[in-house]
Amino acid sequence: MAVCIAVIAKENYPLYIRSVPTENELKFHYTVHTSLDVVDEKISAMGKALVDQRELYLGLLYPTEDYKVYGYVTNSKVKFVMVVDSSNTALRDNEIRSMFRKLHNSYTDIMCNPFYNPGDRIHSRAFDTMVNSMMMQVC
Amino acid sequence: MALKNDTEVRYGTPAEFHGVKFQVPHATLEKSSYKRADEGEKQEPKSPPMSPICSPPASPSTYQRIAQSYGYGKARSGLEQQHGAPYEVRHSTHQQDGPSSGNYGAKSALTCSTPNRSLSVEREQQDSSSQYSDDPWRITEEQRDYYINQFRSLQPDLNAFISGSVAKNFFTKSKLPIPELSHIWELSDVDCDGALTLPEFCAAFHLVVARKNGYQLPETLPETLLPEYLQAACLKPVRDCALFDSYSEPLPSSQQTRDFSRAEKSSAEEVPDNSALLQDGKKDDKQAVKVSTTLKTIPKEFQHLTVKAAAQEPNAHRARPRSRSYSSTSIEDAMKKGEEPPTPPPRPQKSHSRASSLDLNKIFQQNTQAVRSGWLPPPPPALPPRPSVSQTEQPSEVELHPQMNRPPSQAEENSSAKKEVVLAQPPSKPARRKLRTEAQGLETPELSPTINVTSSLPAVKPHLPVQKQSSKQKRAIQTAIRKNKEANAVLARLNSELQQQLKEVHKERIALETQLEQLRPVTVL
Repeated sequence: MAVCIAVIAKENYPLYIRSVPTENELKFHYTVHTSLDVVDEKISAMGKALVDQRELYLGLLYPTEDYKVYGYVTNSKVKFVMVVDSSNTALRDNEIRSMFRKLHNSYTDIMCNPFYNPGDRIHSRAFDTMVNSMMMQVC
Repeated sequence: MALKNDTEVRYGTPAEFHGVKFQVPHATLEKSSYKRADEGEKQEPKSPPMSPICSPPASPSTYQRIAQSYGYGKARSGLEQQHGAPYEVRHSTHQQDGPSSGNYGAKSALTCSTPNRSLSVEREQQDSSSQYSDDPWRITEEQRDYYINQFRSLQPDLNAFISGSVAKNFFTKSKLPIPELSHIWELSDVDCDGALTLPEFCAAFHLVVARKNGYQLPETLPETLLPEYLQAACLKPVRDCALFDSYSEPLPSSQQTRDFSRAEKSSAEEVPDNSALLQDGKKDDKQAVKVSTTLKTIPKEFQHLTVKAAAQEPNAHRARPRSRSYSSTSIEDAMKKGEEPPTPPPRPQKSHSRASSLDLNKIFQQNTQAVRSGWLPPPPPALPPRPSVSQTEQPSEVELHPQMNRPPSQAEENSSAKKEVVLAQPPSKPARRKLRTEAQGLETPELSPTINVTSSLPAVKPHLPVQKQSSKQKRAIQTAIRKNKEANAVLARLNSELQQQLKEVHKERIALETQLEQLRPVTVL
């Protein structure tokens, strides 16, 4: 279960960011922002020739003592960043991958909507529902 | 009872339909009907419908203009209350369907609806009416026909898709805010392919209509709007669409002349009629009953229809002849009003042109009323005779334009062509006036069938502009003449300018050719 999920556009501005409503949500926003550097690093490390072979799932971007940050980038350079609570050790890599896959599918569904202009903030209710299902349930 | 009489009075004067007064009783009625209707009306879980259903009365004033469809949707919701036991049955099925609605579980929906049909004949009749009337997310026959025609206007092949951009432009004309349109798309594009099939398009259009009428959009697609559900239902009226094609294609152009509220009211009448025919025991929502009884100007003849055992057949049957007059008007004006953004003030023109179109058809109204009273037996044959009737009558009527005395057969031949021309005319003001002038018979009498057809709708309220038709007609014709003269002058001027340019170009060409010839002998030598 994620603590924060963000969709970052190609130009590195957020299209969608949703975090568990705890105090200090800004911390998550900052974390996501700083993780973009790591994402760019991983993307550029592949080199241009390897773009096709580059895997979409980037894996663990960097861990902190409280949480881990995972990244996923699409072929159109739209990035998904997920912040996961470190205490939740039950989450395996496969689960993270499946969560990103769901995110990617929902994102493509949004793209199919002709009323959505790429680059706009995402206001889709279906997307919200899907993200909420992945977020940690705060009692 | 007092409330009943009150609403009866309010509904009794059709002229008020256009006024704001109508919205007020509607708002109050809606509140009462919604509170009762929300129990089983929506297919969704119960808690969400509470807020959406209660919100339309507080909808912004922009919806007040089109609050005619409040009556339409509300009557349908209110009529649900009239069913006694069947309502409870449906209530239980709705509750059954509630959990499944979020899963696009069409199968569960269909199986839940089939037990209704397996009930006794009376039950089935009541269910069919309740299916029509209790659910604002259910598409009626005339609505479906209208949607199918709109689909056809965008995409001739009914089995093909409408692409996202085409659909976006189309739905943007409805003037709903983009986020809402985006949500509607999300709901209706079930397979998320960026294109709309016919059932998806019907669902999307229906949601647009519902939203324009003030209904809050559901979180998930109601089961009656699911593509699988609509697919089964869409197949049936498709065969009738061929009949409606010739009918409804010219209608969009003349729909510009329609008053939206009147169209909505007429559509509101139909649905109450369905249930009024089937139900005797009226329950709480007497206002809806009053809607059905007092709004009835056209469809008295439909009360004589016997309801058959098949669930939707009677409604489809009744709706088909009525959809001749209504299919274009039921919710079309909502779109049409939105589809005229490029034109300068369309509304004053609409009223004017409606009067003019009505003027011409004042004579036809009695005729069409008579035709419609005997409409029931063969709806299809009724269509061709009417244009011929109008043809014969129109030349006699319009003495101002003797050139209209053409043979009716030729006129009918040209009518189809003219209808295409009418369709192809860009929605600009002079073009529309031209259409009106054409309609008035300046150029052709062929458009009179279109106006004749739409006059069936003014027959709904024959007492509206009947009194002022003659003077308005003359005025309209004169303005049309003036406009045409102006257009002619402009075109003549343009023509002369172009001729001048042509001459100059000719001179240049001649000069160049002489130069070429001068040069050529030199090289040849």
